[in-house]
Amino acid sequence: MRRSVFVASLLVTAVMGLGGIVGEHKSFAASAQEKQSSSAEVKIDNFSFGPVAITVSVGTTVTWINRDDIPHTVVSTDKVFKSKVLDTDEKFSYTFTKAGEYPYFCSIHPKMTGKVVVQ
Amino acid sequence: MANRTKDEILHDHNNDGIDRRGFLKCMAWAGTGAFCVMQGGVLKSYSMSRLSEMNPADMKGELSFAQISDSHMGFNKPANPDVAATLQAAVGKINALSTPPEFLLHTGDISHLSKPEEFDTVEQILKSASAKDVFYVPGEHDVLNDDGKQYHERFAKGAQPGGWYSFEKKGVHFVGLVNVMNLKSGGLGSLGHDQLEWLEDDVKHLKSSTPIIVFAHIPLWTVYPDWGWGTEDSAQALAYLKKFGSVTVLNGHIHQIMQKVEGNVTFHTACSTAFPQPKPGEAPSPGPMKVPAEQLRSVLGITDVNYVRGQHALAVVDSTLA
Repeated sequence: MRRSVFVASLLVTAVMGLGGIVGEHKSFAASAQEKQSSSAEVKIDNFSFGPVAITVSVGTTVTWINRDDIPHTVVSTDKVFKSKVLDTDEKFSYTFTKAGEYPYFCSIHPKMTGKVVVQ
Repeated sequence: MANRTKDEILHDHNNDGIDRRGFLKCMAWAGTGAFCVMQGGVLKSYSMSRLSEMNPADMKGELSFAQISDSHMGFNKPANPDVAATLQAAVGKINALSTPPEFLLHTGDISHLSKPEEFDTVEQILKSASAKDVFYVPGEHDVLNDDGKQYHERFAKGAQPGGWYSFEKKGVHFVGLVNVMNLKSGGLGSLGHDQLEWLEDDVKHLKSSTPIIVFAHIPLWTVYPDWGWGTEDSAQALAYLKKFGSVTVLNGHIHQIMQKVEGNVTFHTACSTAFPQPKPGEAPSPGPMKVPAEQLRSVLGITDVNYVRGQHALAVVDSTLA
């Protein structure tokens, strides 16, 4: 091979290699991040969801836990998910597999509303 | 003319010389233990503490029933660790009324979590009441998990498919409404189109002199929208009742006594037999309100209602468990 071509191909390989390493590094970091955000929690207390609105990534499992002294439910306004009644300390989980906005409310106390934004 | 507040009736429907302010004042006393009754067109009131001195014949109406509400069987948090005992005490109070009620109205939240054993316990406790017939309407706690199927099978077999119904006693027309189903996000209580149509039809042919008593769980007037204390489409229901000279609306849900008079309609909400809730806006949320244990029974109670034929006003008397 001609030397210039050789060098060029070395360079290209190096760049590709670097790119590959960087790429790997990126995906490594990304999967670490995904693992961190794959679950989220919403506390139910004092007739409200806290936080009222959360943003999570696709694939996240959101767990609602009732810390109030009265039962509540978690019901999607668009009928995507629906918990049974949750007494104090009971939980409900749902894994969001599609991006979108998911408003929900408590069907016993409909003034209690919240939203999950999935990106 | 004296100051008008929007809650006062300005007309004397009974033509008896007693304006509604006299009646309202009496109803205000009821919270502290006054017994009021219309007799021969004259409003009389008696202190509850002197009831034992009185001639029961003086206090008779023609129709007498008691309202209990919000028994929340199954609730066991600090606000009241023993709701069965306080329900039993309410039954004791009913059984001690000098004029035995002919039947009971339960305005909902019979159970706390719609569990079969919770419904069973309430039915069992109410069996010891002097009044053997109980008419129920559901609260939101009675229709959890199964869209009200269990409630319907136990308490609404003879009702319309949606659980609403009406019946007559001694010329008084009673209507049980359901406003706790299909609640919408961010909304209040709701009657729905089918129920409203049924109501219109149900009262259409009644004479306007027929006294009407409507009972439903969530208040049919807007007590406090931020806490969901109201019914979105109640105005339509009340429009169908406009022609009647006397309409009494009995509700529960808010676990405290509130009264309001608007035109021909008297609204009344009952105490819970389980736990009190805060006054509108006086707490961050409408949850169970803890009071010192020795005060608990003084904030729980029953409502006694007496009707004397020919009088427009019903005597509605609240008494606490202590």
